[in-house]
Amino acid sequence: MNDIFHLLIGLVVGLNLLALGTGRLPVLIQAVAGQGVLLGLLPLILKYPHWDWQITLLTLATIAGKGFFIPFLLNRAMRTANISREMEPFIGYIPSLLLGATATIMAVVVTRHLPLLPEHAGSFHVPAAIALILTGFILLIGRVKAISQVCGYLILENGIYLFGLLLLHSTPMLVEFAILLDIIVSVFVIGIIVNRIQRAFDSLDTRKLTTLHE
Amino acid sequence: MTALILIIIPCIGALMAALWPSDKTRPWLLPIFSLVHTSVCFWFLTRPPMFEPRDWIAFDPLARAVLPGISLLFLGIACYAVSYLRLAPRKNRIFVTILLLVLGLISAGHQARHLGILWVATETATLACVPLVHFWGTSRTLEATWKYLLIGGTGVALSLLGSICLGYASLYGGGSGDISFLALLENSHHLSKTWILAAWILLLVGYGTKMGLAPMHTWKPDTYGESPGLVGALLAGAVSSVAFVALLRIKAIIDAAGQSSLTSSTLMGFGLFSIIVGALFLLRTRNYKRMLAYSSIEHMGILSLAAAFGVPGVTAALFHVWSNGLTKGALFLSTANIHRALGSASLDKVRGTFMVLPKSSALLMAGMFAITACPPFAPFFSELKIILAGISTGQGLAVALMLFGLFLSFLGMSRIVFSLVHGRPILKQRPLNHNIPQFKETLGVILPSLALLLASLGLGLFTPDILQNAWALAAQQLFTQP
Repeated sequence: MNDIFHLLIGLVVGLNLLALGTGRLPVLIQAVAGQGVLLGLLPLILKYPHWDWQITLLTLATIAGKGFFIPFLLNRAMRTANISREMEPFIGYIPSLLLGATATIMAVVVTRHLPLLPEHAGSFHVPAAIALILTGFILLIGRVKAISQVCGYLILENGIYLFGLLLLHSTPMLVEFAILLDIIVSVFVIGIIVNRIQRAFDSLDTRKLTTLHE
Repeated sequence: MTALILIIIPCIGALMAALWPSDKTRPWLLPIFSLVHTSVCFWFLTRPPMFEPRDWIAFDPLARAVLPGISLLFLGIACYAVSYLRLAPRKNRIFVTILLLVLGLISAGHQARHLGILWVATETATLACVPLVHFWGTSRTLEATWKYLLIGGTGVALSLLGSICLGYASLYGGGSGDISFLALLENSHHLSKTWILAAWILLLVGYGTKMGLAPMHTWKPDTYGESPGLVGALLAGAVSSVAFVALLRIKAIIDAAGQSSLTSSTLMGFGLFSIIVGALFLLRTRNYKRMLAYSSIEHMGILSLAAAFGVPGVTAALFHVWSNGLTKGALFLSTANIHRALGSASLDKVRGTFMVLPKSSALLMAGMFAITACPPFAPFFSELKIILAGISTGQGLAVALMLFGLFLSFLGMSRIVFSLVHGRPILKQRPLNHNIPQFKETLGVILPSLALLLASLGLGLFTPDILQNAWALAAQQLFTQP
């Protein structure tokens, strides 16, 4: 099971770099959706072979929420907003890709110095989580379109989710579900606001949101 | 189980509001349910209910010391909302439902004894406030809402990360990784130091963003400036206090793990920085709604600073949560009247309000003196206690800086309020729209603000013993556990 775990984590990090390097919004949304599905599968693998109905439900809910529902909302927002699908970044694709790669390497280096339990120390679990969080921040800062910022926010949340899996055996499922639900609702709310921004400003360029200042 | 009542009552109200057919009568649900909530809160204050230490949600001493005051503030907001919504020719189903829901979430947040539950309550309250901020639906409110969502969302995400770090600290130290506050406290001697430090920084930044501590305050002026006044009162008095209570509970754990000098010095740093930033921007802004945001940043700084002054400081901070909440409520509601009547929040467009709206202007003046700590209002006494606590713990320099900040903010606020109230009125009436009723200073829009101000005055003059005991008990319980 450990091999499959590492394979999934590797794919998640790969999707990270895809998200940083792509210039097209639909690809970015697909990358985030793919990450959601892969991350949704992880609890099953971590708990193998002690599966119960709660863990199955959590897996299904995560995959449905992060893999399908949220991307559906984002795709719909993108279509109804009818924006150009190119992203015009604030930090270019190659620089953000390089930044992302550096962040991933840094995550590995930093993890060596963190006190970790033996079962987590050798794995790529913690570095991947840190890499995801840093990638999320790079996208949040480096993109100007509202939807790509939301994708950055989602990758950040994915990283926190991956990190939270360290506590899978001790956090009550109720709390996990509540957190998942909250994230879905937050994207739902963000989606509505994105729509309104489009209608009010006729653009999703957050650089236009500059009326309020001192 | 008794604690759940305070969450269930507003949720029933929210459900009823969602199903209520008439826009005209629906706002009355707000004062009704919030009156029940306040009564139950004060009943619990006088007769503290028993609770199991293992409960995830309980009316524990800390909730007892804060929640009644928040509930009282909400009652004022709820009464005001009735007349406010009567003057707003809009559908209010979502607004009323969400307001009641937020009351339930705030009650949950104050009573949460589990980091996960606390996070869920805070995050949901943050999200629930979005439609409230966006009530007027203009492009300016949209910009404010977007900043609120993105900065608030990132802040709350960081606090989730911090909560997980705290769980891992327990797991690494041989504990179970349980993130209820009791389990973490019991396990505090074995928590891993590296993870504790990471957790504290992330949680402080995360919940600090929610509180509006500088430099994570940037969403605050925009949000308070563009949202309806009563939403500003709710955010400044009630939602921010959830985050403060959260930080107090977390500080108790980190202190028990032997890092009290770290928590105190960081809280002091963020506190002083917020006081100074708030005061400096107060000297500069020309918008009387943003003025309240900067004043709120300053007062969050005072709370954070007071939390660094040991048990007496925390006792005084809990007092200050009440006095700041009630006084801010009065200020927000009276400025909301001025804004509604004259249509702009800028000093360049609105002046001489005393001639047009004498009652609201008088309330604003009195509230301004109250919040800048003029006796005999409550903020004077709570800030005095904070200063005494600071001196008794040997933090003279921090106290001096705080006093300097208070002085600057007095100059800033009095400058804005006096130029707003006095002078020749600029009577550029809004284009006559027959759908919007003319704003009049009816009892409905004056009394809630007046009542909150009187509550602040009464709290300052005759601080009830029961409250003083509740504050002291909460502070002692928090920091003298194993």
